[in-house]
Amino acid sequence: MAEKNDRLNEIGLSRSEYKGKPSTLCLGCGHNAIVAQVIAACYELNIPPESLIKVSGIGCSSKAPTYFMERSFGFNGLHGRMPSLATGALFGDTTLIGVGVSGDGDTASIGMGQFKHVMRRNLPMLYIVANNGVYGLTKGQFSATAEEGLALKKQGQNRYVPVDIVWEAIAGRASFVARSFSGDPQQLKALIKAGIHHKGIAVIDVISPCVTFNNEDEAFHSYAWGKSHEVALHELSFVPPVRAVKVQYAKGETLEVPLYDGTHIILKKLAQDYEPTHRARALQMLEEANDRNELITGLIYINPKQESLFDLYNLPEMPLNRLPAEQLRPSRESLDEINQMMY
Amino acid sequence: MTETKEIAQPPQRRLSGVNEFSINIGTANGSGSQTANLTLLRAIFKMGIPVSGKNIFPSNIQGLPTWYKIRVSQAGYAGRRKEADIVVAMNPDSFIEDQDDLVEGGLFLYDADIKDPINREDMILVGMPVKKILREAKPHKDLRKFVANMVYVGVLAQLLGIEMDPIEQALMFHFKGKKNPVEFNLKVIQLAAQWAADNLDLVLPYRIEPRDLTDKAILVDGNTAGALGSIYGGMHFVSWYPITPATSLPEAMLTFAPKLRIDPGTGKQTYVIIQAEDELAALGMVVGAGWAGLRAMTATSGPGLSLMTEYTSLAYFAEIPVVIWVIQRVGPSTGLPTRTAQGDINLSYYLGQGDTEHILLIPGTVGECFEFGWQAFDLAEKYQTAVLVLSDLDLGKNQWMAEPFAYPDKPIERGKVLWEADLDKIKGDWGRYKDVDGDFIPYRTIPGNRHPDSAYFTRGTGHDDYANYSEHPEDWEKNLERIKKKINSSRTETPGPVIQKQKGAKNGLIAFGSTDAAIREALDYLKQDGVKLDYLRLRALPPAQEVLDFIRKHESVYVLENNRDGQMHAILSLELPEKAADLISLAHIDGLPLNAEWIRESILQEENL
Repeated sequence: MAEKNDRLNEIGLSRSEYKGKPSTLCLGCGHNAIVAQVIAACYELNIPPESLIKVSGIGCSSKAPTYFMERSFGFNGLHGRMPSLATGALFGDTTLIGVGVSGDGDTASIGMGQFKHVMRRNLPMLYIVANNGVYGLTKGQFSATAEEGLALKKQGQNRYVPVDIVWEAIAGRASFVARSFSGDPQQLKALIKAGIHHKGIAVIDVISPCVTFNNEDEAFHSYAWGKSHEVALHELSFVPPVRAVKVQYAKGETLEVPLYDGTHIILKKLAQDYEPTHRARALQMLEEANDRNELITGLIYINPKQESLFDLYNLPEMPLNRLPAEQLRPSRESLDEINQMMY
Repeated sequence: MTETKEIAQPPQRRLSGVNEFSINIGTANGSGSQTANLTLLRAIFKMGIPVSGKNIFPSNIQGLPTWYKIRVSQAGYAGRRKEADIVVAMNPDSFIEDQDDLVEGGLFLYDADIKDPINREDMILVGMPVKKILREAKPHKDLRKFVANMVYVGVLAQLLGIEMDPIEQALMFHFKGKKNPVEFNLKVIQLAAQWAADNLDLVLPYRIEPRDLTDKAILVDGNTAGALGSIYGGMHFVSWYPITPATSLPEAMLTFAPKLRIDPGTGKQTYVIIQAEDELAALGMVVGAGWAGLRAMTATSGPGLSLMTEYTSLAYFAEIPVVIWVIQRVGPSTGLPTRTAQGDINLSYYLGQGDTEHILLIPGTVGECFEFGWQAFDLAEKYQTAVLVLSDLDLGKNQWMAEPFAYPDKPIERGKVLWEADLDKIKGDWGRYKDVDGDFIPYRTIPGNRHPDSAYFTRGTGHDDYANYSEHPEDWEKNLERIKKKINSSRTETPGPVIQKQKGAKNGLIAFGSTDAAIREALDYLKQDGVKLDYLRLRALPPAQEVLDFIRKHESVYVLENNRDGQMHAILSLELPEKAADLISLAHIDGLPLNAEWIRESILQEENL
């Protein structure tokens, strides 16, 4: 394995060049699995690390960007306010790939407002929620995604119904919404790749167990529950344009979703016949799965053609942050005209 | 308790006369009175006489009483006057209290259909047959409500000698050249003027006589000036959330940026303006943009600024350039949202957790709103920090006469930024928070830089010179000390104070911001009272050396401000504890701009005259 991992990708970088600082999260934390898949996806997608930025809020989840892509710019911002930070930053250079990592507290509690508004604006970026139902850094309080009835050591029983991040994202008119599980690395990696190539907001709600505070077998966000209740909607793969011709699928078994840049998402049918292109049907499917006590994973909704935030502005080819000063200050003559207008 | 002395009237107190008087106009909010008031203001301005206008308005969309104060002043006084020489009363709801504003023997011009009692006998009374004049004009019924106010424009034009040409020009400007509304409003004005000519036989002490004192001047509000200054300062990114009285600043950008910031070569916009979901997000976006190398700004007022606290603190600590315009209104809480104050000095100066102290720019004129608009970006990028520009409702929302905006006299300065070629030169050896030049300002790279050594990790947590996470006590202390020295070093680069000296003055007066106009007027009166004061107008915090020297050189120094607790007085006392006992606080707040009368009286009491 070590040999294979050291192989250079198409831009001449080894997998280790996509790594970050050593993780300081707990051993076995679901978030470490997410970090590993981000590294693998970016390595395999041949992404130059300098063309990607990492942003996060506050919490265990938001520490994750330190642990991948050392050569990428990163910003660990404020609690619940990663979306606004990302919005401003990506306008600096819209060719940059944005990868945001948030948590269930960061997104569904303090950051609910910014979460909903970044969906609605369809900012092109990957938005990963590392969702474990519990506050880790403050040592074990219920988060807004904790299921009703969950019992935690110091907190007693949770009395409130949970927030479903996928449901909220779809209601917020996000253009790419997925759910995955830290215990399903292959699917997670494919979703990360697809999310990076999607031109719009790509939300992946990753059930990512907290081994320290919320991993009892019957807890919704535990490894055991996830393993025994996961129902994948489809077998999902992401296909860059050059390889598209090489892959053969039996007719009728698959659904191809072309993305704006010529890449494709291939969804191979499993038990259910599900097409992730209809909002209302997606919500209905989630509701029914919920009744059956299933952890539905996969690509739940996608609209690759939805107008992105950047489409609304007539921005120049050159990134705004590289425009020379003379392009930023209007002429002296224009000020004479302005003075004439000031009555 | 200080003893209150009877204050003698100063010599030549009476200002009223030719080109020297005030008009108070009482109307109902939302009745189109702003069009009438601005027409009067602009017509007088076009006749060459210095004039200023203040809108004293309620927090309401329609119906509540609202006032407009026009001050005509050949001498150039633009501060609010307590009393008016002419009162126009169009609103039954404020009819009684409007009478109180008038000077003895002043002109009370009112809508004759208002049947409320007239309580004073010392006024010149003119009841205008508003309905009758409107019937003659035959307005479309949808317009009737909005043109009624043109009646007082016509009557005042006749009584004061305001010519029809400048009135027409003012209407053309207001209606952007649209023929129909201009003609119709002008018709009402002419009918009203004719009525006055036929029916009134009055000799008033107040008159407008043409002058040439405004030929080169402009008439503008501070928020428009600030927006334009920012646009000429190379603003790339604005995120904002609506709040009175700041909203008109980003709105002016929405008007002017599409005219000024489309690249003629490509036809593309060189800026982004985005309305955020709240102030938390507005400043979040601005911090993200500042980090990514954009000249980024927001505009807000007290309540919004409170919500921006945490991101401002992060910008300070992580050293990210951002510009925040604070258009102050009356707090605490929602307070008086449509009234003016200088009450957020402390909030702005120290905004943030832990030890924070920001660079504040404090414009006192609309010209400075423009100037500080572009300078704020240069300073924010030079010092890699938050720069707050403190204006207020009086300066930001009211009409002020000024010199034409001056084109920036310095090129855009982007500060210490390393791009790919720079990193090549130093072989990638750099630390984001390392003070290599000994000026406390480190170098930064910008996301989008494709050099393999360009990236660093920005965080609100403790960090070392290379931006690595650190909880080492010495890293923390060293970093925070450097940031403090960095902010302190701005004292020589921010706009210095404006000082006006008087021969033989032993005492001084320090003020800042929009109170300037009223203070200049008060100082003229005080001179006649025999009180000489040197006057320093502070334009930035932390204060420049000249400010401290000024305090040291005077026996006593009054610190005058529009708030309750004397916030600037406290800040200056901390700067010079050895002179704190000689700093005398003159602070007052009631929602209205400070006026020359109050300033004069307060100083006379302190001087024991």
